[in-house]
Amino acid sequence: MSDTQVNNGVNVEHLLGAREALESAPEAAQFKWRSSCEWVNGTHSKSTITSFYGLGDEQDRGKSFSIEADHPEAFAAEDNAPTPAEIALTGLASCLMGGVASVAQHRGIQLNSVKATVEGDMDLAGILGIDDEVRNGFGTIRVSFDVDADASEDDIKALVAQSQKRSAVFDCITNPTNVEVSVKKA
Amino acid sequence: MSRQLARRSIDHVLLERGEVANSWRTERWDSLTLLTPNWLSRLPDYSYEGDNPDGYMDMPEVLRFLDTYAERFSAPVETNTTVTAVTPNGSGYLISTDQGDWHGKSVVIASGHCNIPAVPKIAQDFPDDIEMTSPMYYRNPGQLAEGGVLVVGASATGVQLASEIQASGRQVILAVGEHVRVPRIYRGRDIKWWMDVAGILGMPYDEVDDIRRARRVPSLQLAGFPDKSMLDLNALTDKGVEIAGRVAGVNGNKLMFSGSLVNVCALADLKMKRLLNTIDEWATENGMDGEVEASHRFEDTRVSEHRRLELNLADGQIKTVIWATGYHADLSWLKAPAFDARGRLVHDGGIMEPSGLYVLGMPYLRTRKSTLMDGADLDSGIVADHLQNYLAKKLSVN
Ligand SMILES: Cc1cc2nc3c(=O)[nH]c(=O)nc-3n(C[C@H](O)[C@H](O)[C@H](O)COP(=O)(O)OP(=O)(O)OC[C@H]3O[C@@H](n4cnc5c(N)ncnc54)[C@H](O)[C@@H]3O)c2cc1C
Repeated sequence: MSDTQVNNGVNVEHLLGAREALESAPEAAQFKWRSSCEWVNGTHSKSTITSFYGLGDEQDRGKSFSIEADHPEAFAAEDNAPTPAEIALTGLASCLMGGVASVAQHRGIQLNSVKATVEGDMDLAGILGIDDEVRNGFGTIRVSFDVDADASEDDIKALVAQSQKRSAVFDCITNPTNVEVSVKKA
Repeated sequence: MSRQLARRSIDHVLLERGEVANSWRTERWDSLTLLTPNWLSRLPDYSYEGDNPDGYMDMPEVLRFLDTYAERFSAPVETNTTVTAVTPNGSGYLISTDQGDWHGKSVVIASGHCNIPAVPKIAQDFPDDIEMTSPMYYRNPGQLAEGGVLVVGASATGVQLASEIQASGRQVILAVGEHVRVPRIYRGRDIKWWMDVAGILGMPYDEVDDIRRARRVPSLQLAGFPDKSMLDLNALTDKGVEIAGRVAGVNGNKLMFSGSLVNVCALADLKMKRLLNTIDEWATENGMDGEVEASHRFEDTRVSEHRRLELNLADGQIKTVIWATGYHADLSWLKAPAFDARGRLVHDGGIMEPSGLYVLGMPYLRTRKSTLMDGADLDSGIVADHLQNYLAKKLSVN
């Protein structure tokens, strides 16, 4: 239950209103998220994120964000930016973080500080093609949350559990997704 | 419902495609016992009369229980009559059946919420040589091919089937999504007793936080074993069942399980603790603490570090898949504007538009126990009152 005393900076009424509205208009709930990536040099790339589609229309947010990626010197690269794998882990952590704040607001739990640290195991024998039995992606990903909030330990655990249950990126990482890549010669 | 109508002297007929208690007679597996204790089937003017109120009826007992009820009150049942369509017509409804038509001023839908196995689409992607079945057709492990069995779904049905199939010598992998973990016995009393006295079973639908969610909650992980043992994932692990995440995808011969297993178990553990906290608070408030055993908590669900994410469907490890993924109601015969855009039946605690239509036995229709036999008394009473008023108003208008 939302509690007016609690302020985690999340407008729960708006979110609940949106849920109500989207349930009666399923087309408006169809979103498309986008990012476009351009090669810079070596393993260095720069992605730009601007518009998305949703609520039945193109949504131009009037600004754009950029995220660069590269690889560290150990990979004979220039280390201009984090690796894509680290960005993926970041996506997971920030998705869960947003969820924790929203669920806390909804449940009337004031957050004082929240920190999530994420670590993913990767055996390079996969991407380097040394061992076909080893997957390219992460073996296990561990996320550890440190939460200071006005609630019992079980209620805090329940926040983080509920956030995983409702997280888009958690779902992407824990479940298979069809990926279709098309190519055009410029 | 029939009993409620008879009490109000409302002329009615029960149309039944099979015999009385058809679903219990024809759609259940051999070893099934109710997961509700015997005393918890309190029907209008009728309840358990045997000498084991805390036991759990097996199927022959359930059939005797319901047959006796129908006979005692001479319920006006037309058996072997399948309703093929219900259509609004002028002053009421045309009810078409394979035994001729009926006309009724009012229709109460009591055709059950478990008519069709709810098998997810992903089932179509499994290789052809793997046999598939659902709890509606499964009877006993002897029907299954020798070899491994994948049971999908860990609610009441899934855990019960996993347990008996594992005991038959077939290795079971249980695919676990969101589930509701509860102990059978808590502080010396049946969990259903606690849920009943503490008002959890009877919580009205208009007081629930999120009724749409409440209507989708799967059945409790419970079994009515004579020894009253708990049948949770830890018990299944001890019996040798392998616990895996929910079935997430099939790619050729490779089956993939979700990596969310730890979280769905954490959710279930936390939710069970909240239930037990509610029970403890109720016990204290009602001065029960001296009468029952001390409060305690259960070990969290153990999830193996070696939980699998993949299964090769071509190497013969798994011969059969059982989709214990729930059921749907079949209301395809209802030819009235009674469904929403997603095809779900619209009703307000069993009362429907267009007027004169009613429904019973749907998930959380009016309370949490609306799908249990014990929920029928309250729900049918309210529906019968409304129906009686409706008929009276109709009469005064005509
Ligand atoms: C595996 C399983 C275990 C369960 N265990 C318990 C338990 O332990 N305790 C408990 O209280 N509840 C249990 N339930 C819930 C159980 O379904 C209800 O308690 C109870 O049977 C519901 O009664 P009902 O009359 O609403 O539906 P049903 O018992 O399903 O009766 C509906 C009747 O309508 C008939 N019918 C359907 N369509 C038509 C048609 N078109 N024309 C004519 N007739 C039709 C069917 O043949 C059936 O006889 C269980 C359910 C399942 C599936």
